Amino acid sequence: MSRRTGLLFLTPALALFGVFVLYPMLTAFSYAFYEWQGTSRGGFSGLTNFTALFTRAPFTTDLPRALWHNVAFFLGTMAVQNTVGLTIAFLLHRRDRSRRLLQTLYAMPYLVSPIVIGYLWTLLLSPTFGPVNTLLTKVGLESWALPWLGDPDTALWVVILVSVWQWIGFPVLLYGAALGGVPEELTEAARVDGASHVQAFRRITFPLLVPAIGTVSVLTFIFAMEAFALPYAFGGSTGNPAGATDFISLLFYRTAFDSGATDAIGTSSALATLLFLLIFGGAYAATAVLRRHERRITT
Amino acid sequence: MSVVPAGVGTADEAVEVPVETPPGRPSGPSRRPRRRRKPVGGATASVALWAYAALALIPLVLMVSSSFRSNGDLISDPLGAPWPLSVDSYREAWTTGNFATYFGNSLAVTLGAVVLSTTVATMASYALARGRSRIFRWLESLFLSGLMLPIHLAILPIFYLFDGVGLIDSRLGLALMYGASGVPFSIFVLTTFFRQLPGELEEAAVLDGASTWQTFWRIMVPLVKPAVATVAVFRFVPIWNDFLFPLVLLRDDAKYTLPVGLTQFFGENATNFSAVFAGLVITTIPLIVLFLVATKQIVAGLTAGMAK
Repeated sequence: MSRRTGLLFLTPALALFGVFVLYPMLTAFSYAFYEWQGTSRGGFSGLTNFTALFTRAPFTTDLPRALWHNVAFFLGTMAVQNTVGLTIAFLLHRRDRSRRLLQTLYAMPYLVSPIVIGYLWTLLLSPTFGPVNTLLTKVGLESWALPWLGDPDTALWVVILVSVWQWIGFPVLLYGAALGGVPEELTEAARVDGASHVQAFRRITFPLLVPAIGTVSVLTFIFAMEAFALPYAFGGSTGNPAGATDFISLLFYRTAFDSGATDAIGTSSALATLLFLLIFGGAYAATAVLRRHERRITT
Repeated sequence: MSVVPAGVGTADEAVEVPVETPPGRPSGPSRRPRRRRKPVGGATASVALWAYAALALIPLVLMVSSSFRSNGDLISDPLGAPWPLSVDSYREAWTTGNFATYFGNSLAVTLGAVVLSTTVATMASYALARGRSRIFRWLESLFLSGLMLPIHLAILPIFYLFDGVGLIDSRLGLALMYGASGVPFSIFVLTTFFRQLPGELEEAAVLDGASTWQTFWRIMVPLVKPAVATVAVFRFVPIWNDFLFPLVLLRDDAKYTLPVGLTQFFGENATNFSAVFAGLVITTIPLIVLFLVATKQIVAGLTAGMAK
């Protein structure tokens, strides 16, 4: 194909991508470095918008709290999917008949909109009519029939667990794929040499799974830092109750569209830039570590 | 980032690889019957795995069964069975709750965006896979860098861009935006696929006098249909489910897509449980249908997504 024809074929995609993705993405960063009065842009203001995020109310209270919630969201998700998820994938990977069906069933909640999942669990956990508390009462666990989402101490963990519940099919699927790629001869040889199932898993299978675990971790990190729709469904844009389910994306949304501050565009863009750096930096660092590990196991 | 562990992409095929036939065997049925392998954990693990499947599904089953019950029934017995079936809640959500409108908007925006991004990405991928000039390599990495961009963070510039050209409160604007954001993933999958096709087919077509466009449209596109299907199906889900963009970019109730319409309905009818359940089911049904007819494409898309 000639260069000219090739570029002709590329033009529609380039135009679309350039106008609606690249250009907004690049301007998003530039917004953060200017002074804003409503929607009119003033002069270059250096890092003023960034320092505002660390010195001015409500950021001084909201930002650290939201950041902690994002981190807890990431760590909580990781903890469950790398124990429960990995165990499920391991138990599944030799079940030739039921594996595909079970994987499909586990992946069902993943398809449903986070907004739907959030409202569904809000109703299921409702203290007045919720089936969950009804069930707990029926089986004699009245003391567990709590207003899970109304209590600031439990609301965040509900959000995290519901999110894990929705997503678990994804690590199960990917860990399953990775397990399928571990040569059986290796584990069999270890078994012949007298290793137990657990030892064979720990010494042979697990190290070969690390790249898959790493990839899932990176994707989980990005996902956790961007969490928006699910917490919005549970606690609205303010992270009810009492900010217990506030996340950085919600804070960004409030700052940009609800705060009414005259420099809202500047500060919210600064926040978006920080979040981008956090996501990009975290993902990049994790990938670098992963690459090093991959080289070690392939050579 | 390309971290593709061995075995990915052959998720379900990995175990089907026939065990190597020892040399010198008479050619009869050359494949030795596959040895039955003992599943890890035996029956106990089976019980646990099915129990977890129940945990994954029961909330969704409750969502559907509750939507077929009246509100009074739901309050007096949250765990009761949905007999006799009542579709009143659906009637209420569909007409009074405007779900008919939201559903139509979601369908139009999602289908429009998927068709748009799949079309432009198929053309672009063909050029990227076959072009030899260095500029194609450079453009390819530009597109692939988009896989990493959290596009939601660009909502403010998109808002002002749309404001400037009259695309605020417009379903067309939303479809264009989603179409653009799907380009990197679609190009990523399709370019890989085009590269695997042998070049002889095109050479033959060119010898027969076909133009580049004819070669592309008549020969190559039919061959990449499976990958196009994967891309289209896999893009459908996040666009259908997206919440932030319609929340910010749409104003008029009559233009809302389902996630935003649902939020409004939930805010106004938080105690009309059965109608809310019906709304949740209406929002989810197309995805369930899609999942049932295209499980393979979705699984392929998930594993392809891993490589980004």
